[in-house]
Amino acid sequence: MSTTEIERQWTSRLRKSVVAKLPPDKMLPDTQPAYVASWIYVFGVTTMAALFVVIVTGCILAIDGPVWWHSSSLGHFVNSMHLWAVEIFFFAMVVHLWGKFSMAAWRGGRSLTWVTGAVTFLASILAGFTGYVSQTNFDSQWIATQAKDGINSTGGGAFFNVLNLGQMLMWHIVLLPIAAVVLTGLHVVMVRIKGVVPPFEEKSSEVSA
Amino acid sequence: MSKKPFRPDVDAPEYKGPYAPYDIIKEGTIAVVVVALLTVALAIVFSSPDEKAITIKTWSTAAPVDFAQTALSELNGSSGVAGYGAPYNNGGPSQGWGFLQPEHWLGVHIPINTATDFVLNPLESQPATPSLSAALSQWNSASSSAQTAWTTAYSNASAKMTFSGGEVKVPTTKAGPVPVLINALTQMARSGALDQALVTQKGFYTTNYTKPLLFLSDGAYLGNLADAQHLGGDQWGMMNETGQWPGQAWLWLYTFWYQIPPWSTSASGDFLVWGTMMILTALFILVPFIPGLRSIPRRLKIYRIIWREHYAAQE
Amino acid sequence: MSQGWGLGALVNLDHYGHYLNWHFISISVSNLTVMVLMVVTFVVALFAPFPGRRNRRGSK
Repeated sequence: MSTTEIERQWTSRLRKSVVAKLPPDKMLPDTQPAYVASWIYVFGVTTMAALFVVIVTGCILAIDGPVWWHSSSLGHFVNSMHLWAVEIFFFAMVVHLWGKFSMAAWRGGRSLTWVTGAVTFLASILAGFTGYVSQTNFDSQWIATQAKDGINSTGGGAFFNVLNLGQMLMWHIVLLPIAAVVLTGLHVVMVRIKGVVPPFEEKSSEVSA
Repeated sequence: MSKKPFRPDVDAPEYKGPYAPYDIIKEGTIAVVVVALLTVALAIVFSSPDEKAITIKTWSTAAPVDFAQTALSELNGSSGVAGYGAPYNNGGPSQGWGFLQPEHWLGVHIPINTATDFVLNPLESQPATPSLSAALSQWNSASSSAQTAWTTAYSNASAKMTFSGGEVKVPTTKAGPVPVLINALTQMARSGALDQALVTQKGFYTTNYTKPLLFLSDGAYLGNLADAQHLGGDQWGMMNETGQWPGQAWLWLYTFWYQIPPWSTSASGDFLVWGTMMILTALFILVPFIPGLRSIPRRLKIYRIIWREHYAAQE
Repeated sequence: MSQGWGLGALVNLDHYGHYLNWHFISISVSNLTVMVLMVVTFVVALFAPFPGRRNRRGSK
């Protein structure tokens, strides 16, 4: 096998471009710039930790099916964990959002990082909503019959039927978790590629890096 | 490299300062442990809401007159769902704004005919009794003007509707088969059979509760229960939860618009709220690209607190 | 109000909620608590001293 053949491989080209863009010491750095010294920086990872707990508790709820938690005290407890992990998730994500906005963290070619973060927030709201309408209780009955009007008014109700439990449950446990995890992954990879945004220059004489 | 002017809200200065050890894997592990423990603690302390779903049986048992009135509105086409329009039927105007009429453009995708789907088909699925069979065949063979005359007569007298001795009673003799149909549907509902009939119209298996939910939403019973729990759309209900638990508080802005005119008063209120939210959402996603908006953090100066150590070291 | 058993909460939230009303604004005490906690957390995160800052040395 010639070297050129190896160089032309899709596999080797992909590896080279990944390693060039995101070398291991950027993917898993052991240092951070000295300005990364504030509690505000922990809310991104807290959001991801909460997402992890949401997914684990959701997986436990999935084992015995969507109505198990109504009749089992263990199921109800896991449901409580699922709910409170979601509360922590949104709580941490909003504090993270305020922090990143305060830092104008989109500067220096990081605008797509902001965009993926914002879209993750929206996907999470939709994931939360489909969870609320999949509860199979009074809450889900009421929320679904109310929410239909908003979604129908956009025309979206023709395809996204909030009164269809099967459809909502599938979105909640398959499509939107995939979206949330993929978006979060992209978001984190972008942060690692570009690094944490540097502070504003107080003397505005600097030239763009 | 050509020197472009430095834009402080778009460009970032190159950092040439010191680096310090930072163990992100340890940080992540601690975060997972802390969040998991906090989740367990909150679950133990506060549990979670689970208010039992209502059924058409519980509704018609608790409020038979409300149920029978709703059944009549489904039969004569005066209910909310019968006059909804797309995506359920052509019964009413669709929401929109100016030339933007997406609800109308997408049309009827989940066809619902309230008279046949909610009243006549369920009744026909019942074991035949002589009076019900006669009433159904009288209804089905009548002209639509005769049907309208019957339902109008029934409707006019329905303010005096009573439920006693297990029967829905309305003081009229001009309503043809309607009293039998409404009474039979109420009996069927109170037995629990209507819950089944509404979900099984498409076969054995189902995961789709569109029909029973729409039927429930046409009555006053479901809405009254929700209003009592502060869940109504005009009560900021979208962000509220049954009991005293926190709800979807992140929907505060979405539900906010439903509280103030013109959103709260427009016949296309839902569409206007969604349109408003879509514009605001686009602004939110595109903050880095919008002059003015992207300068807010530099002017707020909260960053000076976050990076105070960095700035102190510079002096 | 809730279905059945399994509600072993230390603090029972299964009562009708308390709401604060001001003009057209209406908010449940629980939601308000969550929001206030978010702001408090944000402010604390801004001002609380971050550990280990004194040990920082230039590297790299």
